[in-house]
Amino acid sequence: MFAHYLQLGLRSLRRNPVLTILMVIVMGFGVSASMASYAVFRAVSNDPIPDKSTQLYAVQIDSFGPKNNNGGEPSGELDYLDAMALQRDHKGLRQTPLYPVGLSLLPTEASQMPLRPKTYAVNAEAFPMFEIPFAFGGGWSKDDDRSSAYVAVIGRRLNDRLFRGANSIGKSINLSGHDYRIVGVMDDWDPKPLYMDVLSSNSFGTPIQVFIPLQRALDSHMQTVGSTGCVGSDEGAGWEAFTHSTCTWLLYWVELPTPAQAQAYGHYLYDYASLQQHAGRYPWAPNVRLHDVRQWLKYMHVVSPASEMSLYISCGVLLICLVNTSGLLLAKFMRRSAEIGVRRALGAPRRAIYAQFLMEGVTVGLAGGVLGLLLTVFNLHGIGSVVDKETAALLRLDASLVAWTFTVSVISTLLASFYPTWRAANVQPAWQLKTN
Amino acid sequence: MLQIKPILAALKQHKAGTVLIGLQIALTLAIVCNLLFMIHQRMLHVSRPSGVSEESVLTIRNEWARADESNLQALDAADLQLLRRLTGVRDASISYGYPLRNGGYNSSVSNTPSNPNEINVSSRFFTDDHLLPVLDSKLIAGRNFRSDEVAWEREDQMQPAPQVILTESLARKLYPDGSALGKPVYLDGSASPSVVIGIVDRLAGNFPGSWNDAAYGDIVIEPRIVVDKPVTYLISAEPGQLEAITKGAPAALMKLNRLRIIADGTGDADMGVRNFTQVRADAYRDEEGMVKVMAYISIVLLCITAAGIVGLTSFWVGQRRKQIGIRRALGATRGEILSYFLTENLLIGIGAVFFGSLLAGGISLFLSLHFETHRLSVIYLLGGIATLLLLGQCATFGPAWRAAKISPVEATRSG
Repeated sequence: MFAHYLQLGLRSLRRNPVLTILMVIVMGFGVSASMASYAVFRAVSNDPIPDKSTQLYAVQIDSFGPKNNNGGEPSGELDYLDAMALQRDHKGLRQTPLYPVGLSLLPTEASQMPLRPKTYAVNAEAFPMFEIPFAFGGGWSKDDDRSSAYVAVIGRRLNDRLFRGANSIGKSINLSGHDYRIVGVMDDWDPKPLYMDVLSSNSFGTPIQVFIPLQRALDSHMQTVGSTGCVGSDEGAGWEAFTHSTCTWLLYWVELPTPAQAQAYGHYLYDYASLQQHAGRYPWAPNVRLHDVRQWLKYMHVVSPASEMSLYISCGVLLICLVNTSGLLLAKFMRRSAEIGVRRALGAPRRAIYAQFLMEGVTVGLAGGVLGLLLTVFNLHGIGSVVDKETAALLRLDASLVAWTFTVSVISTLLASFYPTWRAANVQPAWQLKTN
Repeated sequence: MLQIKPILAALKQHKAGTVLIGLQIALTLAIVCNLLFMIHQRMLHVSRPSGVSEESVLTIRNEWARADESNLQALDAADLQLLRRLTGVRDASISYGYPLRNGGYNSSVSNTPSNPNEINVSSRFFTDDHLLPVLDSKLIAGRNFRSDEVAWEREDQMQPAPQVILTESLARKLYPDGSALGKPVYLDGSASPSVVIGIVDRLAGNFPGSWNDAAYGDIVIEPRIVVDKPVTYLISAEPGQLEAITKGAPAALMKLNRLRIIADGTGDADMGVRNFTQVRADAYRDEEGMVKVMAYISIVLLCITAAGIVGLTSFWVGQRRKQIGIRRALGATRGEILSYFLTENLLIGIGAVFFGSLLAGGISLFLSLHFETHRLSVIYLLGGIATLLLLGQCATFGPAWRAAKISPVEATRSG
């Protein structure tokens, strides 16, 4: 029966080619518009660490106060004293403050050019915490943290460039005049968005290529090359003054495997902040935040308003296409009132009419899906030329997008067919036979 | 317009089709006029003047890559000396912060000391006495910095400069009742004053900004060079020489000193060497992209709606061949048949744009609440209404013309 209706559907579509082509084109455009913006949205709202995104938390403590914070929300970073205190208390399973530093990789031979690899200072716990994979070696030890050793973990790309991909453990690289011993080479690791630091760096940019111990960076008085928030500039000049100010510049991540631990950590943060209030460091009531990865990305608006807006717009486009197809199908079905009348008079139940006409709608949907897929490919190329190159690199046509395109196309055509089909099934056979 | 009554009666027989066409016109109106309005807003945003004579300025971002960072000032000075002597170069400046840089230093500025609560957030440019001549920026009051006022400092040693130059928009915000020239301003909640020695008419800030930014042109220029930040050399070319120095200047810098990084565009940072046309394009890339996408969607929507109207009207014409034939046989002219269908579409259209306008207002409200866009202007709504009514008439014309050509003989045919 199914095959029969499909055949009928195809035959009927051939009968009014113009109307059919019109419907297919309309569905194709509607579906491709929504699929292209869905692809962009999916790319930028990706979960960068799916198995742990509910266990890693970004920590915020308000060091600006209600007058200067961002509409009640604390800075996304901590000041030095808070970050150090939290690290010392060590309440979570693992945790690290982190910040980007600007180090130059100096050439060893005259023919080479200096490089400026993307470099972050973290402590040893960052590697298991962020699930950073290693091709060779691993993270440094806690002793290296304590002794603020000149050690480094480098990325695969950098290792390929410097050592042609060979195992470089034990070798040294010269970063701004100091030799750092390589203890680990990361395997391909490029979380998108780069959730650890969405404040300072391009969240969809190139992967981090060097990690050095946080304590080393602090002891060398390395300034952050990321964002710094300060209220008032009268803290004085120099490193000492900067680290004792309430300027926020350190991101802080903590791993809390269970909701209970997360709750306990929330209480701890609150207590810590109220201790600061009583000590007079922050004269305001505790104002702390704890966001897991997904909440954090939303909170920091990593998904740009533009891509969110285009998702809404394309839903509107799809809706218009739906209404349009519905109207065209109505025209098409009602033109065949006589045929329906004859079929009903010859004993076809309403169900059969329903099945036949819904099937016809599905056929339009499938054809629209094929066109929609082609147009989606075209649109993705088009979008690739208007968004930044990092986002464009994330846009790809995969099996799930193809499946989505067909699903959306067929389901929306089905929705569009319901009313016309209902009208067709309600054709009065007697009336039709009489007038004709 | 005598036909309105019978048309309304006829429409009652096609409620569903009428509602579907109307719904489509309403939705299209609501979406398209919002899209066109946003396109307009973004175009306005993108086309704001930067205050820079853009056709002749080249930027080169330079980062030193050295073990010894104690003599960065001498290195910068040597670079500047070299650049100023190159053929084709009119002048060269060094700055951390420049118009449309897409990132940089922002601070609050106040007219009272130790007042961090002031919300006049402004871009800060740390530069020398050559910036204003390079950008071809006009001083409307006071004077430029003298070279002896320029100090070279590390970032963590920096204090607010004793002399500053403001843009006029900021000067007016800080001292609304008179000239800010010679008056003190306090940067970033500082207790020590910076005296305004000059006011420039207009410059764009570090950030091209969101769509609603008031601080776009509020800038504090300080005679300070931050030696340990990635500074940018801004170079103004002699007429017709920009292309030549775009190649020549970086090469000359590299020849002078190789231990430096001028980004080649493969990393996260923008290209190290950019003329101002590229600076502007980089700053507004997202906006330009959105404009293109919105324009594309608007056109597609209008086409789809036109197609829908053509389809349904054709169906109606087909359905009424016999009636049209009867009317023609009874003496109706072709023009009357034509105007019947056009009027029918106009009536549906008028009803639809009424609901569409309400919907457009709703969408605009939603967007302004969620995305901080401006509220839809009435002119755009009226323009959208006119466009859709006209589109409806054009789309109806084809099928209506075919209807008008139906011969009175049709009346005698059955079926």
